[in-house]
Amino acid sequence: MLLNGVAVGCIYGLVALGFVLIYKATELVNFAQGDLLMLGAFVAYMAIAWWGWDYWLGFGLAVVVVALFGALLDRSVLRKVIGQPQFAVVMLTIGLGAMFRTFASVTWGSEIYTLTTPFDGKTVIAGATFSDQYLSIVVGTILLCGTLYAFFNYTRIGVAMQATSQNQLAAYYMGIPVKLIFSFIWAISAATAAVAGILLAPVTLIDINMGLAVALKAFAAAVLGGFGSIPGALVGGIVIGLIELFAGRFLPDGFKDAAPYVVLLLMLAVRPQGLFGSLGRKKV
Amino acid sequence: MRFLFKTSYNQDVGLFRDKVDLFWYSLLGVAALGLPLLMSTYYVTEISLVLIYAICGISLMVLVGYTGLVSLGHAAFLGIGAYAHGYFLKIGIPWIPSVAMAVVITTACGLIVGLPALRMTGIYLTIATLAFALIIQEVFNHWTAVTQGFDGLPVAMPVIFGISVSKANFYYLCLFFLVLSLWLTRNLLRSPTGRAWVAIRDSEIAAQSMGVHLAIYKSIAFAYSAGLMGLAGALYAHKISHLAPDIFNILLSINFLLLVIVGGLGSLHGTIFGAIFVVLLPPIISILRDEIPASLGAAATSTGIAAIGAIGKAIGGFLAKPGVEAGILGLILVLVILLEPLGIYGRWVKIRVFFSTFPMYKRATFKRQKSYMKSERLR
Repeated sequence: MLLNGVAVGCIYGLVALGFVLIYKATELVNFAQGDLLMLGAFVAYMAIAWWGWDYWLGFGLAVVVVALFGALLDRSVLRKVIGQPQFAVVMLTIGLGAMFRTFASVTWGSEIYTLTTPFDGKTVIAGATFSDQYLSIVVGTILLCGTLYAFFNYTRIGVAMQATSQNQLAAYYMGIPVKLIFSFIWAISAATAAVAGILLAPVTLIDINMGLAVALKAFAAAVLGGFGSIPGALVGGIVIGLIELFAGRFLPDGFKDAAPYVVLLLMLAVRPQGLFGSLGRKKV
Repeated sequence: MRFLFKTSYNQDVGLFRDKVDLFWYSLLGVAALGLPLLMSTYYVTEISLVLIYAICGISLMVLVGYTGLVSLGHAAFLGIGAYAHGYFLKIGIPWIPSVAMAVVITTACGLIVGLPALRMTGIYLTIATLAFALIIQEVFNHWTAVTQGFDGLPVAMPVIFGISVSKANFYYLCLFFLVLSLWLTRNLLRSPTGRAWVAIRDSEIAAQSMGVHLAIYKSIAFAYSAGLMGLAGALYAHKISHLAPDIFNILLSINFLLLVIVGGLGSLHGTIFGAIFVVLLPPIISILRDEIPASLGAAATSTGIAAIGAIGKAIGGFLAKPGVEAGILGLILVLVILLEPLGIYGRWVKIRVFFSTFPMYKRATFKRQKSYMKSERLR
């Protein structure tokens, strides 16, 4: 049972990771992250169920398509609002999210779909039985995070991304193509969302509103971990997943959905910078 | 072009800019008073919804447009006001004290949410209000003693001093409260409080350096905004006459933000424009859904080109799909933010300047300055 909480938490963590990546690099907050997750799940479903592709092929296609879409979004829309107040971007991404949902309902219909995956069985580890669905989420998250960690630390472009997020102007002076890096970050973030969407698909089923609920909880996760911290996002996600699980089990009806947000508000009141974040003050 | 010749300092802070302004606003007032005489009751009740939305818009405009704090949870305040009012009416409290208590309760809720919000900036505040709204929605669902949960709470038309208000007269009630809140807000905005809000919006650090106490003015803004929303909620309860918890969801909050942004940030006129827009858009879409295929079909039969009819059918079919309305709202939001950040009011100012400076209008007057990425990072 603990695994279920951790697995759902991993999904929140992955979506929160998407928020944090974009926030760290571009200081924008992407409220359409949950809808990118939904798009990823739908593209994978279309490839696997409608076109009869292999699961892994569909998985790859969805990740690539959504990543390209993320990069395109940055190039065509979000680059135009650089320098405008932050809420303009918030509203812009909310509007984009609504458009994506409409797009999905027009293209794929507003029914609820089930995605068949190779993870239907159960695995026995050390005497305990785990469902493969949840196990696949945890393993997928670990693999993805490992890949991202290696990418950010050991490749040229990953290091360039770190430099950009620390100081854009200095990065420009060092000859880093900052605009390209931004698009790249959006692509990575969208890809993360797509992976989360496909992993989540067997658990929650695919429909056009699947992203919204996840994204809201992922916000709680991102804030809990401190908005600018990558490990914080994952830890925050798992904490939120576990809180939700235990609240649903031990508290009266209705607390399951409210508990993550109560924790979030308490966290903001007590320690606004989150578990791992840092808060500074501008000096004048 | 008309130039203002100012002869006294009081002219700078007057409610109206000059006598010409006063004349036009009085004319508007007379028109608003006479409107129900010209229209059927159905349209009058629809227009009272515009007035209620305008009050919501003023509430959010104070917060977003003047203080620069974005709230994604204002539907929750609307809900608190509506439920409090409905509950007080149910237990037999007269109308005026009931509204007053609803306003007091929402103001208190605004303060409670605002207090932790004072320690955070920007996006954290938005997320905190979002979390608050989601919690409140669960409260509406489960606190059945007051809200009656999914059964809903019926609210009858108001009875003031023993006189039952008819649907047509409800319009005047809404108009009265709209004018009252416009007047209150306008007065606040030209007082030191309003100037402090604008200073906070433009730069928190500069405002703080000039001696504006951030915590106090932010909490005043939050409480005032919540209180207005509570008032709007009380009226809204009568308008929809049956309260259910799922009315006050995030989409309604987003609708209010849409209202404020499409209307024009940082202007009270914008709230009215935005309210008209937000209320009228859904019926317009549903009219278009029926009209476009019909008129294009007629064009196809008269010209003999079948393709026109097919296009019309396709557009009609697209508009009839579920969830398209939200997407159209989203598209409008994106276009407004990209192309006209000051919304309908900004466009109106441009048109006015075009005519008042007639042959000399220059597009460059309103050209946005090139801006660079502003960092909120402090390292």
